Amino acid sequence: MTTSTDHDSATLWRDGRPVYDRGETVCVVGAGPSGLVAIKNLREHGFGVDCYERETGVGGGWNWRHDRSPVYGSAHLISSKPFTQYPDFPMPDDWPDYPHHSQVLSYLERYADHFDLRPHIWFGTEVVKVEPADGLRWDVTTRSTGGYGAERTHRYAAVVVANGHNWSPNLPAYEGLDDFKGRVVHSSAYKDPAELRGKRVLVVGGGNTGCDIAVEAAQHASRCWHSTRRGYWYAPKYLLGRPADQVNDAILRLRLPLRTRQWLLQRMLRLAVGDLGRFGLRRPDHKVFETHPIVNSQLIYHVGHGGIAPVPDIVRFRQYSVELNDGTEVEPDVVVAATGYRPRFEFLAPEALAATTEGRPRLHLHAFSRRHPTLAVAGLVESDSGILPLVHWQTVAIARWLRLREAAPQRAGEFWAGTVAKETDRPWTGAKVKDTPRHWFEVSHVDYLRALQKMIDGLAGVRA
Amino acid sequence: MKIIRFDDWADPVPPVRREVLSATPELDEGKPPVLFVPGFGHGAWAFAEFWLEHAAGRGFPAHAVSLRGHGGSGDTPGASLRAYAHDVVQAAASLPRQAVLVGHGAGALVVERALARYPARAGVLAAPVLGGWPTFGAALRRNPGGTLPAVFGGRLRLSRRQLFSREVPDAVARGYTGRLGRASARAQWQLLLHRAPEPAVGDPPVLVVGSPDDRVVPASALTRAARRYGGAPLLFPGMGHDLMLDARWREPIDAILDWLEKGGS
Repeated sequence: MTTSTDHDSATLWRDGRPVYDRGETVCVVGAGPSGLVAIKNLREHGFGVDCYERETGVGGGWNWRHDRSPVYGSAHLISSKPFTQYPDFPMPDDWPDYPHHSQVLSYLERYADHFDLRPHIWFGTEVVKVEPADGLRWDVTTRSTGGYGAERTHRYAAVVVANGHNWSPNLPAYEGLDDFKGRVVHSSAYKDPAELRGKRVLVVGGGNTGCDIAVEAAQHASRCWHSTRRGYWYAPKYLLGRPADQVNDAILRLRLPLRTRQWLLQRMLRLAVGDLGRFGLRRPDHKVFETHPIVNSQLIYHVGHGGIAPVPDIVRFRQYSVELNDGTEVEPDVVVAATGYRPRFEFLAPEALAATTEGRPRLHLHAFSRRHPTLAVAGLVESDSGILPLVHWQTVAIARWLRLREAAPQRAGEFWAGTVAKETDRPWTGAKVKDTPRHWFEVSHVDYLRALQKMIDGLAGVRA
Repeated sequence: MKIIRFDDWADPVPPVRREVLSATPELDEGKPPVLFVPGFGHGAWAFAEFWLEHAAGRGFPAHAVSLRGHGGSGDTPGASLRAYAHDVVQAAASLPRQAVLVGHGAGALVVERALARYPARAGVLAAPVLGGWPTFGAALRRNPGGTLPAVFGGRLRLSRRQLFSREVPDAVARGYTGRLGRASARAQWQLLLHRAPEPAVGDPPVLVVGSPDDRVVPASALTRAARRYGGAPLLFPGMGHDLMLDARWREPIDAILDWLEKGGS
């Protein structure tokens, strides 16, 4: 275990402030699912790790006690266990196919204990600044969460950012929103269907959260309108009696061309779910795989029961009503905006991640900064499977890359110049996904893991 | 390292109820838990006889799992090596801390596979039956009546003279062989024909122990297995195949625990 050596090592200075040198130690920002697996894999590859976590527990967004946690009471996974668990630490056999969010938290806590990760985490400490220093190293400035206490700066050999991207709510700037007299909440603040009981509710957003909340509103609210921008494909949780993602992968392994797969899956959805137009839902304006998958078996059922009225996009808010783009008006008491989240990296200069003006980072494999070989981001992907397996292999690649840099700097440099620096942005998706911020980090798990496999093999090849 | 795992994704191993027998030290000394994996036909009981208590006595939380279809565990039809490895990984991941995997006999073949799916602290292959034709030839020569039926899907029967040294009284040995069950026909065939295991994750140290007088695993096989992990086997002459049940069971387990205490290298 590494221990802090603050008291004896303030030999460096930056702008008149002391900088404590942590040698070859790597800094991990955040102890959510991505941060935990980063600590574990870096440790497994022989690195000392300091992880900073602003909250007092592990689990990040999956920990409902955390004030930035987006989970609501009924949230269940939408990817089945084999796609959700870390590949080297399976979820228990006696858990259901789609575990509840509280089980995910207990899984993450068990992972942290099993691999003894907590001694490496500084809880209640938030990262204020991450700045490049001499020799491709990084100065990380931290302070107690909430801004109490003095700031301290430590120098690290590398930084792995794992601060998550589903905590900063994205609320579109609707016209007239300020004058609206009803209650408007972002889905991140929605926790329990009791908030909706007896109310007229408008749920905005056709993502997985929006659909889940619409289903809860159908059961508890007096009325529910569900506004979406377009028609979507709604995959049921089970196809042919098996978790739908497992069926999808049984098809994927056949290595059929994309078009054939799209045809096959659309055919299956047509048989299992039917014609969405018949339910008054808009038909999808795109092929399957071209938007982030929505997995919900209950939405259509509740539309069929009249519990959910599908409505189109919002034009503007009025004092007591909301105008929709088909000219109709609805009068909700509560508007739940399931309109997603924005990635935020306030502690990093946008140039470090080569971010666009919109704030979209441009990274190799959504993970490696092309400009800074010792800076990586873990978990900044959205996938058609769970994210944990992808982050696991991301962090293995990061750890192996940092190992190679240390062991053979010259060959590492050649590897970097030949692959990471040269490669242009590529979508790691099979299909051409919609060009919206929702899909900035969209990947298909098989395409993406194949690319990671190539990188991991490449690193092993250079090493040999 | 293979990270595209359609088998695990599209066709996960069906869950099963598992028997895990445990002996834990009175005082937690922070030593890693040890998970024992019995070979084909054996159940967790084989380790509960002596090794579990002994390991616990030396401060190691000790556990033994019965592979599906063995001992007190449930069964699923057509269990394969992959299903057995799944059982081991599930048992290991359920322990509070990162575990050491100890596989005996064909259990070592299962442990090799489990090491590719779980970053164990260390691995121990005891009298490992890693399969292949030479092992089959030796078994056929020594015990044709017990081996031949397995070729046709029957039960692989090991005789007491294969499993135990002469120091074990006949009645005791008969008691043990009477408790033996069987592995699935599919897994028995996989002893002969299987793909090489994927490399272990997390680069754990691996120790091979065995007996030159083992009538199931020839000494050359022990040397070969140990060389794969860059070492030499620890040998206990005069013992039979079932190291954990033989009269001198104390020597190999002490050697394994000594090795772990030295950090496993």
